[in-house]
Amino acid sequence: MYGWIWRHLPGGAGLKTLQALILVVAVCALLLLVVFPWVEPQLPFNDVTVD
Amino acid sequence: MVDPDGQRGEDSTDRWARVPAVPPSGSVATRTGAHRAPDSADDESVAAPPPRDPVGRRIVRGVGELFITAGLILLLFVVYEVYVTDYLTGRQQDELAEELREQWEQPQGEGPQLRQVEIGDAFGVLRIPRLGEDYARVILEGTNETELSKGPGHYEGTAMPGEPGNVALAGHRVGKGSPFLELDAMQPGDPIVVETADSWFVYRVLGDPATGDLAADPSGIPGRQIVRPADIDVIAPTPNQAASAPSGSYLTLTTCHPRFSAQQRLIIHARLDGGALSKAELPDGPPALFEG
Repeated sequence: MYGWIWRHLPGGAGLKTLQALILVVAVCALLLLVVFPWVEPQLPFNDVTVD
Repeated sequence: MVDPDGQRGEDSTDRWARVPAVPPSGSVATRTGAHRAPDSADDESVAAPPPRDPVGRRIVRGVGELFITAGLILLLFVVYEVYVTDYLTGRQQDELAEELREQWEQPQGEGPQLRQVEIGDAFGVLRIPRLGEDYARVILEGTNETELSKGPGHYEGTAMPGEPGNVALAGHRVGKGSPFLELDAMQPGDPIVVETADSWFVYRVLGDPATGDLAADPSGIPGRQIVRPADIDVIAPTPNQAASAPSGSYLTLTTCHPRFSAQQRLIIHARLDGGALSKAELPDGPPALFEG
Protein backbone atom coordinates (compact mmCIF):
# COMPACT_ATOMS: atom_id res chain seq x y z
CA MET A 1 0.00 0.00 0.00
CA TYR A 2 2.66 2.51 1.05
CA GLY A 3 4.98 1.26 -1.69
CA TRP A 4 2.22 1.68 -4.23
CA ILE A 5 1.57 5.25 -3.11
CA TRP A 6 5.29 6.04 -3.19
CA ARG A 7 5.63 4.71 -6.73
CA HIS A 8 2.67 6.72 -7.93
CA LEU A 9 3.84 10.02 -6.56
CA PRO A 10 5.43 12.06 -9.33
CA GLY A 11 8.84 13.70 -9.15
CA GLY A 12 12.12 12.84 -7.49
CA ALA A 13 12.81 11.65 -3.98
CA GLY A 14 12.64 15.14 -2.48
CA LEU A 15 9.37 15.98 -4.13
CA LYS A 16 7.94 12.60 -3.19
CA THR A 17 8.91 13.09 0.43
CA LEU A 18 7.21 16.46 0.47
CA GLN A 19 4.04 15.02 -1.03
CA ALA A 20 4.12 12.08 1.36
CA LEU A 21 4.36 14.48 4.31
CA ILE A 22 1.45 16.49 2.99
CA LEU A 23 -0.56 13.28 2.64
CA VAL A 24 0.24 12.26 6.21
CA VAL A 25 -0.78 15.66 7.54
CA ALA A 26 -3.98 15.57 5.50
CA VAL A 27 -4.92 12.14 6.81
CA CYS A 28 -4.20 13.19 10.42
CA ALA A 29 -6.28 16.33 9.98
CA LEU A 30 -9.16 14.33 8.55
CA LEU A 31 -8.99 11.91 11.47
CA LEU A 32 -8.65 14.55 14.18
CA LEU A 33 -11.17 17.04 12.85
CA VAL A 34 -13.82 14.85 11.28
CA VAL A 35 -13.57 11.17 12.10
CA PHE A 36 -12.67 11.20 15.80
CA PRO A 37 -15.21 13.85 16.85
CA TRP A 38 -17.84 11.76 15.14
CA VAL A 39 -16.71 8.40 16.52
CA GLU A 40 -16.11 9.57 20.05
CA PRO A 41 -19.69 10.06 21.30
CA GLN A 42 -20.45 6.44 20.40
CA LEU A 43 -17.80 5.15 22.76
CA PRO A 44 -18.75 3.96 26.23
CA PHE A 45 -16.35 5.88 28.44
CA ASN A 46 -18.18 9.10 27.69
CA ASP A 47 -21.18 8.09 29.78
CA VAL A 48 -20.79 9.97 33.01
CA THR A 49 -24.40 10.55 33.96
CA VAL A 50 -26.87 8.43 35.83
CA ASP A 51 -30.09 7.89 33.93
CA MET B 1 8.56 5.89 -15.09
CA VAL B 2 6.09 3.56 -13.56
CA ASP B 3 8.44 0.61 -13.29
CA PRO B 4 8.31 -1.19 -9.97
CA ASP B 5 10.92 -0.04 -7.54
CA GLY B 6 12.88 -3.22 -7.26
CA GLN B 7 13.45 -3.62 -10.93
CA ARG B 8 14.68 -0.14 -11.44
CA GLY B 9 16.99 -0.42 -8.50
CA GLU B 10 18.60 -3.59 -9.77
CA ASP B 11 18.88 -2.18 -13.24
CA SER B 12 20.71 0.89 -12.17
CA THR B 13 23.10 -0.82 -9.79
CA ASP B 14 24.07 -3.21 -12.57
CA ARG B 15 24.63 -0.40 -14.95
CA TRP B 16 26.58 1.67 -12.52
CA ALA B 17 28.98 -1.19 -12.08
CA ARG B 18 29.59 -1.26 -15.79
CA VAL B 19 29.75 2.44 -16.43
CA PRO B 20 33.37 3.00 -15.47
CA ALA B 21 34.48 0.20 -17.74
CA VAL B 22 32.77 1.42 -20.89
CA PRO B 23 32.23 5.13 -20.45
CA PRO B 24 30.96 6.38 -23.81
CA SER B 25 28.31 3.81 -24.67
CA GLY B 26 27.59 2.78 -21.11
CA SER B 27 26.15 6.12 -20.06
CA VAL B 28 23.80 6.20 -23.00
CA ALA B 29 22.63 2.70 -22.28
CA THR B 30 21.84 3.68 -18.72
CA ARG B 31 19.57 6.44 -19.85
CA THR B 32 17.70 4.56 -22.51
CA GLY B 33 17.69 1.24 -20.79
CA ALA B 34 16.13 2.56 -17.65
CA HIS B 35 13.35 4.15 -19.52
CA ARG B 36 12.28 1.67 -22.12
CA ALA B 37 12.57 -1.91 -23.20
CA PRO B 38 13.72 -3.38 -19.94
CA ASP B 39 12.72 -6.86 -21.11
CA SER B 40 14.52 -7.10 -24.44
CA ALA B 41 18.07 -6.00 -23.86
CA ASP B 42 18.29 -6.36 -20.12
CA ASP B 43 17.13 -9.91 -19.68
CA GLU B 44 20.31 -11.14 -21.21
CA SER B 45 22.62 -9.28 -18.89
CA VAL B 46 20.59 -9.39 -15.70
CA ALA B 47 20.00 -12.98 -14.69
CA ALA B 48 16.25 -13.08 -14.04
CA PRO B 49 14.82 -9.98 -12.40
CA PRO B 50 11.52 -10.96 -10.81
CA PRO B 51 9.22 -8.28 -12.17
CA ARG B 52 7.16 -8.20 -8.97
CA ASP B 53 7.00 -9.98 -5.68
CA PRO B 54 4.79 -13.06 -5.67
CA VAL B 55 1.13 -12.37 -5.09
CA GLY B 56 1.16 -14.10 -1.73
CA ARG B 57 3.93 -11.93 -0.39
CA ARG B 58 2.25 -8.78 -1.63
CA ILE B 59 -0.98 -9.73 0.12
CA VAL B 60 0.84 -10.47 3.35
CA ARG B 61 2.68 -7.17 3.12
CA GLY B 62 -0.56 -5.33 2.40
CA VAL B 63 -2.26 -6.89 5.41
CA GLY B 64 0.73 -6.08 7.59
CA GLU B 65 0.67 -2.49 6.46
CA LEU B 66 -3.04 -2.34 7.23
CA PHE B 67 -2.40 -3.57 10.77
CA ILE B 68 0.36 -1.06 11.29
CA THR B 69 -1.91 1.65 9.96
CA ALA B 70 -4.71 0.60 12.29
CA GLY B 71 -2.29 0.72 15.21
CA LEU B 72 -1.14 4.19 14.27
CA ILE B 73 -4.73 5.38 13.95
CA LEU B 74 -5.56 4.00 17.40
CA LEU B 75 -2.51 5.72 18.83
CA LEU B 76 -3.60 8.96 17.23
CA PHE B 77 -7.04 8.47 18.75
CA VAL B 78 -5.53 8.13 22.21
CA VAL B 79 -3.58 11.32 21.61
CA TYR B 80 -6.80 12.96 20.50
CA GLU B 81 -8.73 11.78 23.56
CA VAL B 82 -6.10 12.66 26.09
CA TYR B 83 -4.57 15.83 24.67
CA VAL B 84 -6.60 17.28 21.83
CA THR B 85 -9.97 17.16 23.60
CA ASP B 86 -8.31 18.64 26.68
CA TYR B 87 -7.05 21.48 24.57
CA LEU B 88 -10.40 22.05 22.86
CA THR B 89 -12.29 21.94 26.16
CA GLY B 90 -9.73 24.23 27.77
CA ARG B 91 -10.34 26.80 25.07
CA GLN B 92 -14.09 26.53 25.49
CA GLN B 93 -13.73 26.84 29.26
CA ASP B 94 -11.73 30.03 28.80
CA GLU B 95 -14.39 31.44 26.53
CA LEU B 96 -17.17 30.47 28.93
CA ALA B 97 -15.32 31.94 31.90
CA GLU B 98 -14.88 35.19 30.00
CA GLU B 99 -18.55 35.22 29.02
CA LEU B 100 -19.65 34.50 32.54
CA ARG B 101 -17.49 37.25 33.98
CA GLU B 102 -18.95 39.78 31.58
CA GLN B 103 -22.44 38.58 32.35
CA TRP B 104 -21.86 38.86 36.09
CA GLU B 105 -20.36 42.30 35.82
CA GLN B 106 -23.40 43.66 34.02
CA PRO B 107 -25.69 45.62 36.27
CA GLN B 108 -28.53 43.29 37.07
CA GLY B 109 -31.96 44.73 37.55
CA GLU B 110 -34.26 42.02 36.26
CA GLY B 111 -34.92 39.92 39.28
CA PRO B 112 -33.48 36.50 40.11
CA GLN B 113 -31.10 35.37 37.40
CA LEU B 114 -30.67 31.74 38.39
CA ARG B 115 -34.20 30.94 37.38
CA GLN B 116 -33.57 31.90 33.79
CA VAL B 117 -30.81 29.39 33.19
CA GLU B 118 -31.43 27.43 30.01
CA ILE B 119 -29.80 24.32 28.59
CA GLY B 120 -26.29 25.10 27.49
CA ASP B 121 -25.96 28.24 29.63
CA ALA B 122 -22.95 28.62 31.84
CA PHE B 123 -24.14 29.70 35.26
CA GLY B 124 -21.42 29.07 37.82
CA VAL B 125 -17.88 28.06 38.57
CA LEU B 126 -16.93 24.91 40.44
CA ARG B 127 -13.81 24.98 42.60
CA ILE B 128 -12.39 21.92 44.31
CA PRO B 129 -9.11 22.62 46.13
CA ARG B 130 -8.47 18.87 46.56
CA LEU B 131 -8.21 18.55 42.78
CA GLY B 132 -5.78 21.42 42.51
CA GLU B 133 -5.21 24.83 44.06
CA ASP B 134 -6.44 26.63 40.98
CA TYR B 135 -9.01 24.03 39.96
CA ALA B 136 -11.92 26.00 38.55
CA ARG B 137 -14.43 24.78 35.99
CA VAL B 138 -17.33 26.65 34.51
CA ILE B 139 -20.50 24.60 34.93
CA LEU B 140 -23.25 24.51 32.35
CA GLU B 141 -26.91 23.67 32.49
CA GLY B 142 -27.66 20.26 31.00
CA THR B 143 -25.91 16.91 30.81
CA ASN B 144 -25.91 16.18 27.10
CA GLU B 145 -22.61 15.61 25.34
CA THR B 146 -22.80 19.15 23.96
CA GLU B 147 -22.57 20.55 27.47
CA LEU B 148 -20.31 17.90 28.95
CA SER B 149 -17.72 18.41 26.25
CA LYS B 150 -17.36 21.99 27.49
CA GLY B 151 -17.37 21.35 31.22
CA PRO B 152 -19.25 19.80 34.12
CA GLY B 153 -22.98 19.76 33.45
CA HIS B 154 -25.84 20.41 35.86
CA TYR B 155 -28.64 17.85 35.76
CA GLU B 156 -31.79 19.57 34.60
CA GLY B 157 -34.43 19.85 37.27
CA THR B 158 -32.09 19.34 40.21
CA ALA B 159 -31.58 22.12 42.74
CA MET B 160 -29.57 25.20 41.91
CA PRO B 161 -26.62 26.09 44.17
CA GLY B 162 -27.74 27.04 47.65
CA GLU B 163 -31.27 25.74 47.26
CA PRO B 164 -32.65 22.94 49.40
CA GLY B 165 -32.35 19.67 47.51
CA ASN B 166 -29.52 18.22 45.53
CA VAL B 167 -27.30 20.13 43.12
CA ALA B 168 -26.28 17.33 40.76
CA LEU B 169 -23.31 17.75 38.42
CA ALA B 170 -21.86 15.31 35.89
CA GLY B 171 -18.39 15.55 34.42
CA HIS B 172 -15.96 13.65 32.26
CA ARG B 173 -13.40 11.46 33.93
CA VAL B 174 -11.00 11.07 31.02
CA GLY B 175 -10.63 13.58 28.21
CA LYS B 176 -12.50 16.84 27.66
CA GLY B 177 -10.34 18.47 30.28
CA SER B 178 -10.90 15.49 32.61
CA PRO B 179 -12.69 17.61 35.20
CA PHE B 180 -13.49 14.66 37.48
CA LEU B 181 -10.45 12.48 36.84
CA GLU B 182 -9.26 12.49 40.45
CA LEU B 183 -12.67 12.49 42.07
CA ASP B 184 -11.82 9.31 43.95
CA ALA B 185 -9.25 11.29 45.94
CA MET B 186 -11.92 13.31 47.74
CA GLN B 187 -11.85 13.02 51.52
CA PRO B 188 -14.57 13.72 54.11
CA GLY B 189 -14.87 17.42 54.81
CA ASP B 190 -13.20 18.49 51.58
CA PRO B 191 -14.73 21.73 50.36
CA ILE B 192 -16.49 21.88 47.01
CA VAL B 193 -17.14 25.54 46.27
CA VAL B 194 -19.69 26.79 43.79
CA GLU B 195 -19.50 30.39 42.66
CA THR B 196 -22.61 32.02 41.24
CA ALA B 197 -23.36 35.54 40.08
CA ASP B 198 -23.29 37.04 43.56
CA SER B 199 -22.47 34.28 46.05
CA TRP B 200 -20.13 31.53 47.12
CA PHE B 201 -21.57 28.24 48.32
CA VAL B 202 -19.31 25.90 50.26
CA TYR B 203 -20.29 22.24 50.23
CA ARG B 204 -18.33 19.67 52.18
CA VAL B 205 -17.92 16.01 51.29
CA LEU B 206 -19.92 13.78 53.62
CA GLY B 207 -18.30 11.29 55.94
CA ASP B 208 -16.35 11.56 59.14
CA PRO B 209 -13.46 14.01 58.76
CA ALA B 210 -11.91 12.77 62.02
CA THR B 211 -11.43 9.19 60.86
CA GLY B 212 -11.48 9.85 57.13
CA ASP B 213 -14.28 7.33 56.76
CA LEU B 214 -16.41 8.38 53.82
CA ALA B 215 -19.20 6.02 54.79
CA ALA B 216 -19.55 7.22 58.39
CA ASP B 217 -21.71 10.29 57.93
CA PRO B 218 -24.37 10.75 60.64
CA SER B 219 -27.00 11.27 57.95
CA GLY B 220 -26.37 7.79 56.59
CA ILE B 221 -25.52 9.21 53.18
CA PRO B 222 -22.01 8.16 52.15
CA GLY B 223 -19.53 10.74 50.92
CA ARG B 224 -18.53 8.45 48.10
CA GLN B 225 -20.25 5.55 46.47
CA ILE B 226 -19.96 3.49 43.34
CA VAL B 227 -23.26 2.59 41.75
CA ARG B 228 -24.78 1.14 38.64
CA PRO B 229 -25.42 3.60 35.80
CA ALA B 230 -29.19 3.28 36.26
CA ASP B 231 -29.15 4.34 39.93
CA ILE B 232 -30.79 7.71 39.57
CA ASP B 233 -31.57 7.89 43.28
CA VAL B 234 -28.11 9.28 43.88
CA ILE B 235 -29.27 12.59 42.47
CA ALA B 236 -32.63 12.56 44.29
CA PRO B 237 -33.36 15.68 46.42
CA THR B 238 -32.11 13.68 49.39
CA PRO B 239 -29.45 11.39 47.96
CA ASN B 240 -30.36 7.70 47.84
CA GLN B 241 -33.98 8.36 48.76
CA ALA B 242 -36.23 8.28 45.75
CA ALA B 243 -39.01 10.85 45.56
CA SER B 244 -38.15 12.30 48.93
CA ALA B 245 -38.57 15.82 50.14
CA PRO B 246 -35.17 17.48 50.48
CA SER B 247 -33.75 16.99 53.96
CA GLY B 248 -31.02 19.56 53.39
CA SER B 249 -28.91 21.18 50.72
CA TYR B 250 -26.71 18.64 49.00
CA LEU B 251 -24.36 18.56 46.08
CA THR B 252 -23.65 15.41 44.08
CA LEU B 253 -20.94 14.83 41.50
CA THR B 254 -21.19 11.92 39.08
CA THR B 255 -18.61 10.54 36.68
CA CYS B 256 -17.76 7.20 35.14
CA HIS B 257 -15.98 4.42 36.94
CA PRO B 258 -13.55 2.79 36.59
CA ARG B 259 -11.53 5.11 34.40
CA PHE B 260 -11.93 4.52 30.67
CA SER B 261 -15.05 2.50 31.37
CA ALA B 262 -18.75 3.09 31.67
CA GLN B 263 -19.59 0.06 33.77
CA GLN B 264 -20.33 2.00 36.93
CA ARG B 265 -20.61 5.52 38.22
CA LEU B 266 -18.47 7.16 40.85
CA ILE B 267 -20.60 9.39 43.04
CA ILE B 268 -19.49 12.06 45.53
CA HIS B 269 -22.02 13.55 47.93
CA ALA B 270 -21.53 16.78 49.84
CA ARG B 271 -23.66 18.99 52.07
CA LEU B 272 -23.93 22.76 52.17
CA ASP B 273 -21.76 24.18 54.94
CA GLY B 274 -23.33 27.40 56.21
CA GLY B 275 -25.20 29.59 53.78
CA ALA B 276 -24.51 31.81 50.85
CA LEU B 277 -21.38 33.92 51.25
CA SER B 278 -21.56 37.26 49.56
CA LYS B 279 -19.04 37.82 46.82
CA ALA B 280 -19.12 41.52 47.60
CA GLU B 281 -17.63 40.73 51.01
CA LEU B 282 -15.32 37.96 49.86
CA PRO B 283 -14.12 38.90 46.38
CA ASP B 284 -11.24 36.43 46.50
CA GLY B 285 -13.29 33.50 47.67
CA PRO B 286 -14.41 31.95 50.91
CA PRO B 287 -11.82 30.84 53.49
CA ALA B 288 -12.65 27.21 52.61
CA LEU B 289 -10.78 27.66 49.34
CA PHE B 290 -7.54 28.39 51.16
CA GLU B 291 -7.68 26.07 54.14
CA GLY B 292 -5.57 23.40 52.46
